[in-house]
This record gives sequence, C-alpha cells and structure tokens, in this order.
Amino acid sequence: MSEDWQSYVRRIEELAARSGLKFHPVDFEPVPDSFMMEIAVYGLPVRMPHWSFGVRYIYQLIQRHMGHSRLFEVVFPGNPGHAYLAQSNGLAENILVTAHVLGHADFSRNNLLFRRCQEQVSERIVEHAANHARQISEAIEAHGAQRVEVALDAALALEQHVDIDQAVRRERYPEYLEDAKALVDDTFRKRFAALDPAVASTGMEAKKRAPLPPHPERDLLWFVANYAPEMESWERDIFLAVREESFYFYPVFATQIMNEGWASYWHARLLREADFVPQQAYLDAIKCHSDVVRPVAAEQQISLNINPYHLGFAMWEKIIAKDGLAAARSIMEQDDDFGFVRNHLTRELAEELDLFRYSARNDGQIKVLENDLTALHEALLAPKYNFGAPSVSAAHVRNDGTLELTHDSSTDGRGLDLERSRKVLDYLHKVWRRPIVLTTVNQAGSALELTSP
Amino acid sequence: MDSEGGKRSDPNAAKWYELFSRGARDWLRHDEKVREAVRSNLPEIIAGGDVITGGASTVRVPVRMLEHYHFRLRRAEESQGAGQGKAKPGDVLSDPSKEQRPGEKGAGGREEGGVQLLLDFKVDDIVDWLWEEMKLPNLKPRTGPSDESEWVREGWSRRGARSRLDRRRSFKELVKRRAAPGATPTFTDEDLRFRQLTRRRRPAVHAVVLFMLDVSGSMADRDRKLAKTFFFWVVQGLRRAYRSLETVFVAHTTEAWEFNEPDFFQVTGTGGTVASTGFAKVREIIDARYNPGRCNIYLFYASDGDNSVSDAAEARAGLGAIVADACFTGYIEVSSGLSRQLATETGKLFAELISGGCAAGSYALNDFEDVWGAVRHFFTIESEAPAGASPSGSP
Repeated sequence: MSEDWQSYVRRIEELAARSGLKFHPVDFEPVPDSFMMEIAVYGLPVRMPHWSFGVRYIYQLIQRHMGHSRLFEVVFPGNPGHAYLAQSNGLAENILVTAHVLGHADFSRNNLLFRRCQEQVSERIVEHAANHARQISEAIEAHGAQRVEVALDAALALEQHVDIDQAVRRERYPEYLEDAKALVDDTFRKRFAALDPAVASTGMEAKKRAPLPPHPERDLLWFVANYAPEMESWERDIFLAVREESFYFYPVFATQIMNEGWASYWHARLLREADFVPQQAYLDAIKCHSDVVRPVAAEQQISLNINPYHLGFAMWEKIIAKDGLAAARSIMEQDDDFGFVRNHLTRELAEELDLFRYSARNDGQIKVLENDLTALHEALLAPKYNFGAPSVSAAHVRNDGTLELTHDSSTDGRGLDLERSRKVLDYLHKVWRRPIVLTTVNQAGSALELTSP
Repeated sequence: MDSEGGKRSDPNAAKWYELFSRGARDWLRHDEKVREAVRSNLPEIIAGGDVITGGASTVRVPVRMLEHYHFRLRRAEESQGAGQGKAKPGDVLSDPSKEQRPGEKGAGGREEGGVQLLLDFKVDDIVDWLWEEMKLPNLKPRTGPSDESEWVREGWSRRGARSRLDRRRSFKELVKRRAAPGATPTFTDEDLRFRQLTRRRRPAVHAVVLFMLDVSGSMADRDRKLAKTFFFWVVQGLRRAYRSLETVFVAHTTEAWEFNEPDFFQVTGTGGTVASTGFAKVREIIDARYNPGRCNIYLFYASDGDNSVSDAAEARAGLGAIVADACFTGYIEVSSGLSRQLATETGKLFAELISGGCAAGSYALNDFEDVWGAVRHFFTIESEAPAGASPSGSP
C-alpha cells in the first residue's frame, strides 16, 4: 500500500469536514483481496462459523474467477468506523474510496435508523461480532461442533425474522393479564373486600395467565430464545447473538439506495473539490467513479436490475440541485429507502433515468409494463419489505409446547415455498424440541398446514 | 478528524487473515456435509448411471451444492420487477440472466442452485460404508490346500547368520548369565541368540473372478451398462475378502474371446447367442492358468438369457464342468424392458444347477435400482452357503 495514499487521507478528511460532513473517525486498513472477499461473504470481518458461509464463499470465488465482481472497500459504521480497502487498489482508486468511505461514515453517524441500531447493538459492531464468534467457539468446545451447528442452522435460517421496532434487549411478556383495575375503585367492591379480605383476594381476583404470545410475534429469534420449552441456555445465547447481528444488518439493508447514493455523491463532489489531487489520479478516479455508478453493465442496453449506486447518486444530485444541501441532509437523517424512493423518485427523474417496470412470467417471458410511478416504486421496494423475508409469526404455544406459526399470505400475496419451509421447520424443531405447526396457503389459496416432525 | 485514531500495527507482521481463511474452513464443512449426505444415499447414487470412475481407486460422484433453507415465498406465476434502459411499455424482453445458467447466480442473488460439484470418493471407503449400510456379510475365503508357502519367524537358535542376530534377546541372556556369581562379564558365544525362520504353508487366499458377458445383438447398451455396474461392485466386494484378486473378462456371441477390462465394456457384437462357447473359453482359461486347488474361482455371467435352443445340452455340460470347480457361480439376467424373471433358456439352466445343490445363484436385474439387490443377493448366499450347498436364488 503506497504511503502516497496515506498522505491524502488527512487532507480528504479535512475537506470533507469543511464540506459539512459529520463523521466519527475512521480506521483505514488495507487488506489482501482474499480477505476482502471473506468480509463480503460473512458481512463482518470476524463472524461465527457456519457451512452456509462456505457455500457463499465458493460462489464468490466463482464470480471472481469470471471477473464479475471487484471489491474496492468495505466499511463498518461505528465510533471509530472501520474501513477495509483492497490492497490491489491503485492510488486513484484509494483516493476515491477514501472519499466514498467518508460519505458512508457521515451517513451512518447521522441517519436515524443507523443511529438507533447502533445505540441498540453497539458502536463497535466489528468487535461485537468477533465476541459472538468467540462465544460460539467456546460453545463448540463445550458442546461439540455438531450441536452448535444444529443451533446455528436454525438461528441463521431465521436471521431475517426480527422485529426491528423493538429493543434489542427486550422485556419478556407480562406473565399475567392486567386486572381490570377500574373495578377496584367501585365502592361496592371496596366494601365487599373489606368484609373478608381472604375471600376477596383469592376467589374473585385470581390472576389470569396471559396467552403466549399475547399477540402474533414476528421476532421469531427473540421468541424462540425466550420461550422455547427445552432449550439450553447456550443455544438461547446463539439465537440472541444472531439476532443482534441482524439488528446491525438491517439498516445497511434498508438504506442501501440512499447510503450508496450518498457516498457516491460525496466521493464525486469531494474529488471535484480536491485541488491537491494530481491530474492523472483525478482522471483515473473519475473513470472509476463512472464505472461504479453506471446504470447498466457495459455490453447491455437494458438491465433488469437497478444499480443502487446509480439510482441513489442520481436522486441525491437532483435533490441537492433543487432543494440545497441542508434539505438533503435532513432527508438523509430521517428517511430509509422506503420513504426516500416513494417521496423523492419523481416522474421526471424516472423518465430521465429510463426506469421501467416489467412483469416476469414463470415461463421466462418478460414484458415491459406501462408507466405507473407508484407501481414502479413498489416494484423497486418489494424485495426489501420485511427484511426481504415472508411474514411468518408465532401465533400460539399450546399446552404441550407445540409451536404454532402462521404465515400472513394476505400481505405477501401468495403462500410459502413448501419444501423449503418444511426444511426450516426441521431445523427449528431441533431446538424447539416440541412439535411445530405452520399454516400458510397453497396454490389455490386455501389453508395448508406444515408440521415437523 | 483524526485518521490516526486507530492502532497502527507493525506493517510487516503477518495478520491473522493472511494465515487463515474462514471461507475455506466453512467450505470444508460444507463438503463434509455433502459427503455425509452422499453417504446416506449411497446405494441410490452409486447405482445410478452417473458415477464416473475417476481412476483406479476413486469414483467421482456429481452432487449439488447444499442450500441453507430460509422461509421463501413460492415462485409466483408472474412477478414484477424494476429495470433500467430504453424500453417501451409492451416490449417483450426475454432475458438470459433470468434463466438459470450453471455457475452463475440468478439475478436476485438469492438463488444458489445450479452449480454442480464432482466429489472424489475412495472406492475403499464407499465399499466399507456400503457393507456397513447394507449389512452385507464379509466373505470367508475358502482355504484349500496350497503349494504356496512363506517364511515366518519362529523361535531363536544359538547359531545362525549374523544378520539374524537378535541383540535385545542376546543382551538379556548376558544379563541372566552374569547374575550368577563368577560369570564372565563380557559376551560369550553362549549368549548369542539368532532369529529362526521356518517355512509354512499358506492357505489359498487367491481368487479369480471370471466375468462372462453376452454381447450378442440382443444385448442393448443399457443392458451392458447394467452388467458393468454390477460387475464393478462385485469386484470391489470380493477385493475386500481377497488380498490378491485376479479378474478375467470373457465376452461371447456365437464365439468367445478374452478381453482386457477397458475393452471388455466397450465390446458390442452381432449375431446369436451360444453360451457354450463362453463356458468352453472359461474352462480353457481355468485349465491353463488357475489351479482350482489353490485358487478360489468365481464366475459371474451376465446375459439376456436368450441362449440358442440347440445349444442347451452343450451349455449344460460346459457350465457343469465349471461349477464343479468354482466356489460360486452367479447368473444375472439383464433384460431391461422385459422382465421375464429368469424364465429363459439360460435362466432355466441355472435353476437346474441351483436345485441340484450347486453353489450357484441367479438374479434378474432389470433396473439400476436393482444393482444393490443383486449384490446383496449374491453376497448373502455366498456367505451363508458352506461350500457345496446352495440355497436357490431368485429375487
């Protein structure tokens, strides 16, 4: 890694601060490409071991061999933030990446969703996840790799099923239904109670146990960790560790368009304003920038995916040109992708960017649909609803410990993939250790029950 | 802002991530799981035509990557997406990236099917697993009188060649002798002990398996493949029991020839079926090379069973001459399509043998799923049958 680049870091940081970016300090660390790839696969520099990461790893290897993906940087929010840069980056790329990382650091410090999740989980997610990994390797030592893998199979299969609106450290449900307190104020009752305290307290006011759960619970990781009838405490810890990491991943997932767009906007702008960058490096960096934010792959005319870098970048440019930086900053602070796209992806911009909506049929036929802005928003956002997972919630635990799960097919529009769902139930059954029933709908829309075992 | 906020460690020190790859570790675990899965479905996988023999001691099994399952919605009949580019409403785009190309992630990045792996398995391991899995008995080699002998170490002598001097033993003798008062403290010739060798006869653990295949016009490609799969696993099974196993391959139509292994399975012929020529060839080979007294002889014959009617008497005689000397004779009727259940000329011939109390068995092999049934059938009767006796065999 060239010392050249190190000397630019401070100057870029100063420039960024002058331009109004507010960020926690960032540790930059150049790392080998192989490690970059692992960070991308695991989502965190150190994370728990699981074979499913091995599958993703091999896909990454294949992709890399085919020259599909190249990673310049991975950044982790926090105080301080951590940025890993690929050692193979040239000087120009590193200058660009440094500016880009500062854009992310500004975003993750000021965006409300990020802030909330960081307050909840930790400002040092990298160390925090490493701690989980250590905790799990201790579990492996104590209970054997196989049992830990069984717990991780179940926990990681449910990793998207968390309730982000609740606290990470969430209270258990109250055990009893609340009394109808109003009645106690009743003068008759008071006098009645005074007659014979024993009768009044035991007979009439016996507490009622609350049903479990009191309402459908979509935070399955939390629910299982807290209410599984026969789970070992170390297994509960694994579930809670996975849940905490999901809380960390959620804002990254739910603000991707905004966040990448914001960082791209700032690396472009800082680069323009950085008069200290030599001409050649500037040109190289700008070329690199246009590769990153281009709408479609070079050889294609039409893409069926929208590059979030490109979309976010275009949207921020528009907003800042129209309403100024202060307005943009407050949008950046308050929105996530849902609000951002719905409020700020205008008809003109969609037309300018040639965005379109299409329908893909099962037989492979793909047809472009007519222009409809609201429908376009939803087509863009649909993969992001509910952390990208079907809405499955825990509905009831029967007296024998049987867990009833329901899938809300009315929100999702169709039923679950039965084969996969059955496998997930099998994973879960190994930690719940009592029967599990899942209701969803079949192709025809009538109710269907899956059970395990 | 403080860019030096973090610790700057020695740039020359190797970081942990340069020494260790978590991805590779978890990938290995995935492979292990695949192997477990393969192992538990082994009979089906191995018997299928997909297995490629990768070398002398390995077989290559194509497997899919495992999927870590999540709740997913079922595939929609029709789904909407957002795209970018010059496209007008009503345009029909057929997009190759939506089709699953092997080795590539689907557009959504969620689909991970498609990639196939070839895993190499050691044949020895597979055979061990299978024998365990299918509870197949281990064959007891039939030991007969044998001319073969070997030198074995046996006892010590006071004289011998210097190279056989047993120092440890000699030293012990010295110590013992010195314990007596007035003994010479140094080595004497009395102390020396030499290892002795004696000649001992070795029981016959030699075996030869003769595979005879009918390659007449009526045998289809699939029939030959069935026979090949069966033969392959028979060899593997017998190898477990015999240290040195020889194989002989004979093919016949109206004539018979001996082949080497690779050619044997490629052979196709035309014309009728005269089994007696094959039996004569086998007999000739046994007489020329294998002494039944020293060697365990197995014959497996695969045919569709349509032996020429005029050959019946000769075939009976030829087969009888072999059965007399063989440890076991097996007949597999490969008649894919028609399942005639051994009601053929050759089938009847073997039925006679079996009812006559010879060590023989027959099995109708119609499908790849039957291969294990066949292997189990033959190995069970072989191990139960004391030489000479024979339960009848029919699936």
